[in-house]
Amino acid sequence: LDYQHVQVPFEITLWIMLASLAKIGFHLYNKLPSVVPESCLLIFVGLIMGGIIYGLNDKSPPVMDSDIFFLYLLPPIVLDAGYFMPSRPFFENIGTILLYAVVGTIWNVFGIGFSLYGICQVRAFHLQDVSLLHNLLFSSLIAAVDPVAVLAVFEEIHVNEKLHILVFGESLLNDAVTVVLYKLFRSFCEMPVIKTVDVFAGVGKFFVVGIGGVLVGLTFGMTAAFTTRFTKDIRVIEPLFVFLYSYLSYLTAEMFHLSGIVAIIACAMGMKRYVEANISLKSHTTVKYFMKMWSSVSDTLIFIFLGVSTIGENHEWNWPYICFTVIFCLIWRALGVLVLTFFVNRFHVNTVTSKDQFIIAYGGLRGAICFSLVFLLPDFHRKKLFIAATTVVILFTVFVQGMTIRPLVDLLHVKRKRESAPTVGEQIHIRFLDHLLAGIEDISGHWGQYYWKDKLEYFNSKYLQKILLREYDQPKSSIVLLYEKLERKHAIELAEAGQLGHAPSHPSLLSDRTVITDKKSEDTLNPDILENIQEILARNLYRIRRTGPAYSRHTLPGETEPVEQAKEILILQRRSL
Amino acid sequence: SVSHSQITRLYSRFTSLDKRENGTLSREDFQRIPELAINPLGDRIINAFFPEGEDQVNFRGFMRTLAHFRPIEDNEKSKDQNGPEPLNSRSNKLHFAFQLYDLDKDEKISRDELLQVLRMMVGVNISDEQLGSIADRTIQEADQDGDNAISFAEFVKVLEKVDVEQKMSIRFLH
Repeated sequence: LDYQHVQVPFEITLWIMLASLAKIGFHLYNKLPSVVPESCLLIFVGLIMGGIIYGLNDKSPPVMDSDIFFLYLLPPIVLDAGYFMPSRPFFENIGTILLYAVVGTIWNVFGIGFSLYGICQVRAFHLQDVSLLHNLLFSSLIAAVDPVAVLAVFEEIHVNEKLHILVFGESLLNDAVTVVLYKLFRSFCEMPVIKTVDVFAGVGKFFVVGIGGVLVGLTFGMTAAFTTRFTKDIRVIEPLFVFLYSYLSYLTAEMFHLSGIVAIIACAMGMKRYVEANISLKSHTTVKYFMKMWSSVSDTLIFIFLGVSTIGENHEWNWPYICFTVIFCLIWRALGVLVLTFFVNRFHVNTVTSKDQFIIAYGGLRGAICFSLVFLLPDFHRKKLFIAATTVVILFTVFVQGMTIRPLVDLLHVKRKRESAPTVGEQIHIRFLDHLLAGIEDISGHWGQYYWKDKLEYFNSKYLQKILLREYDQPKSSIVLLYEKLERKHAIELAEAGQLGHAPSHPSLLSDRTVITDKKSEDTLNPDILENIQEILARNLYRIRRTGPAYSRHTLPGETEPVEQAKEILILQRRSL
Repeated sequence: SVSHSQITRLYSRFTSLDKRENGTLSREDFQRIPELAINPLGDRIINAFFPEGEDQVNFRGFMRTLAHFRPIEDNEKSKDQNGPEPLNSRSNKLHFAFQLYDLDKDEKISRDELLQVLRMMVGVNISDEQLGSIADRTIQEADQDGDNAISFAEFVKVLEKVDVEQKMSIRFLH
């Protein structure tokens, strides 16, 4: 038995296998994911595993190595998020997102840090030796909202596109702020004297980290696009370039102490358009599938490891500190969201409603990033206290907030509905007006950003396309691609049915879907039917663009509900021509 | 009236849509907007821009149609009641929407016209009978003079609880 020889790859594969089997297990029982978010279940599995290992070995189970997390587990998830990020809503709301990410995070860090320092002053808690700087260091890693956890929970609750992109974008971009503050405070801890110059250097560093990350990402993105221009004869390795360049951008940024997350997002968003035009259809599908697969596996592993790592002797339980940490996290986030939204709403017609604000504040989940950062802290005597506090905050946010956010959202929704049930006519006309407005908005161009988008488009068509695209074609929008796909499909079906010579009478996609019910059509004015009608309308009226989730971890972009809706509309329109 | 910067913005949008650069937009120019292609009401919205029987719309017409969607400013609400009603008043906004339903321009939405619009707005899983009963219900709720059609006044009444001013407005600039 030569276990030593294969130990490392064998164990890694076993962990991944465990993660995937756990995922299958959850989905076998249909009801479970709707009550308990997947992330909670995975942490739970991790806890059990950790308990087993602890029981067997009688020592602490392997703690998730921060290097493994930051170098191997985090990049696939962020790449997936950046690649499939819908750019239109993202850039429409970029101002708000940046405001929340930057100002919001700074607000949270200083708020939590100072309040915890205040708590430390209370003699009864025996916490005097935790200095202000230590508190600020701790709060800099605990304040940041974690994209992995947020994504995992928002999958379950269906929020509108704008809200989804706000929370999600914020969780991705606050990495830059977190990195700077964390490193800043850490270096301050080691410096005997802190001068004001150092503080200003810190502020400047923030811009360097953020903008530097973007530049690194864009450079790699453009290089990737350029490379794919020449891959016509070696289609098989095309998908590899996408992953290699993205990963390189992440590693390069980390090497220069810039924000790796921002770099990889910029790389993915920058190269997407050109790469997709250059690579073959099959490579494109491969890229999509692999990305989703990797990010899924990473995601699952992170949560399981989180569970495993909490078991053990790494913790110092000082309950007042821990409880106050949790409370302050909640309070400062809520305050931050309130104040910032007040400013945001001054400038936009599309206001962030109070229900949205609640979701943003309550959806500020902490996750594995905090956990890894706390393990990276230099060893000082209070480190275990911080580890314990971080663990509790993460578990609290993921379990309590994660599980209760959905019922609370439903409750808020129901409350608003109870004001007055809309009549059938109102429902129809309101939806009619919504579609009308969406159309008018599209015709008049989206406000504000259009100027910059126009400039970017001009720059793109004049210079970038010529360099980066293989065939200098107008890059097609996804809708045109979808339409072409439908045409191809329809032609194939007709050919198979032997009808290619004749005019198409019935698109076969449409015919087997009209359901003839046995409802009595004379009795249409019965009040009992009213509820039925409401239900039918609620289920079947086409949604306007902005009411679906912008990004989904588990479904490929071609298979989401809005795309199905778009297909139907296109078919109907073709039919009526 | 629209402000100077709004006009310039709209004009740049107009010219960017006008691919043949002859100062007018045709239906194809509108249909080139991808999001409009998958809007259930896309064709009707496009038609609303073109005056009766014409195939080209100039910038003035373009602006005039879009002017319906300007938000109602507070200081305009109490302006002179004797002058002509501005295009973006609540009543005119609703009339614009009404005309999208009312294809034959007889100032009434008949059952057929309603059915056509409904068919465009719902998925393929609803049978014709179900749709018919929905249409009947809608007319029954709104109809007050018993002509089995929805007149403009009845349409306005149905939507009296809805904040039409906010719903049917877009900010052209921040």
